[in-house]
Amino acid sequence: MDTKLEPIVQALQDKFSTSLEEFRNEVHVFVNPADIIAALILLRDGYQFELLSAMTATDHWPQETPRFHVIYQLSSLARNTTIQLRVPVDGADPRIPTATGVYEVANWRERELKDMFGITPEGHPDPRILLLPEDWDEKHPLRKDFPLGYEEVQFTFNFEDIDLRKPYAKE
Amino acid sequence: MGVEQKLGNMGIVTTKLEDLVNWSRTNAMWPMLFGLACCAIEMMAAQASQYDMSRFGMELMRASPRQSDLMIVAGRVSRKMAPVLRRLYDQMPEPKWVIAMGDCASCTGVFNNYSLVQGVDEVVPVDVYVAGCPPRPEALIHGVVTLYEKVKGEKFLDRVEQK
Repeated sequence: MDTKLEPIVQALQDKFSTSLEEFRNEVHVFVNPADIIAALILLRDGYQFELLSAMTATDHWPQETPRFHVIYQLSSLARNTTIQLRVPVDGADPRIPTATGVYEVANWRERELKDMFGITPEGHPDPRILLLPEDWDEKHPLRKDFPLGYEEVQFTFNFEDIDLRKPYAKE
Repeated sequence: MGVEQKLGNMGIVTTKLEDLVNWSRTNAMWPMLFGLACCAIEMMAAQASQYDMSRFGMELMRASPRQSDLMIVAGRVSRKMAPVLRRLYDQMPEPKWVIAMGDCASCTGVFNNYSLVQGVDEVVPVDVYVAGCPPRPEALIHGVVTLYEKVKGEKFLDRVEQK
């Protein structure tokens, strides 16, 4: 772990009793969903992590509890370092409190999470669909149980079959 | 067309008339701006001064479908964009042609997934496919010239609705 990060991670562990995971020089701090807003405020105000660089999620299907890890990647320009917070969320009705009050950029990131994973941000000021079309009635595309949705690869032996089945547009 | 019915058996007249009409269509075919993704840059490059498409009659690109003859679909068409594409195609007046520029418009290229339409010929009928990722401006011009040869071989009855 970076020496600059050690006191910060220690403070997080003291306040929120979190667990850690380290990979090479990166630090992933696991935080409970109830504590995430307090942790973000602490990092932003106390330790100058001004930027929410990335906010995304990973799906660990078929494991249901927890199924999603919502990832907040925070950067500090003053300290020249980054830290990652991971929030484990269950599969049944996944919800997280909105980070829009802390970082404005989380507005669109959470809308994207809602579209792609189905993780609802509670208290979001603008919960509209962002990326998917309005009449999209299938489930959330970035989940592991969503079908890949690809078309069969065309070789010479199946070219005729694919050609007959493809819905070409008439006039 | 009404000319065929009125002139009846005067084949020579209609042949010359077809040549004239097709020549005039190829010499001033205005494309519609439909650059969606990276192929749009190559389309702009083909229209710019080094590989000039105005030499081939495409003096300018109209943003309005009502004033254009040719739709160059340049780029990936997502499922969200497909109804918009179809609506713009329907708004173009006859005669109209479509060039599918690039791999993504022809067959979705490298993107074989849930969000892109697999080849724009599922949405609009395509006349010429130009391969490349992206196709060089010269390749696009070759596609345009191929389309002109196709147009020069058209007869009047091709464009009449079969009742």
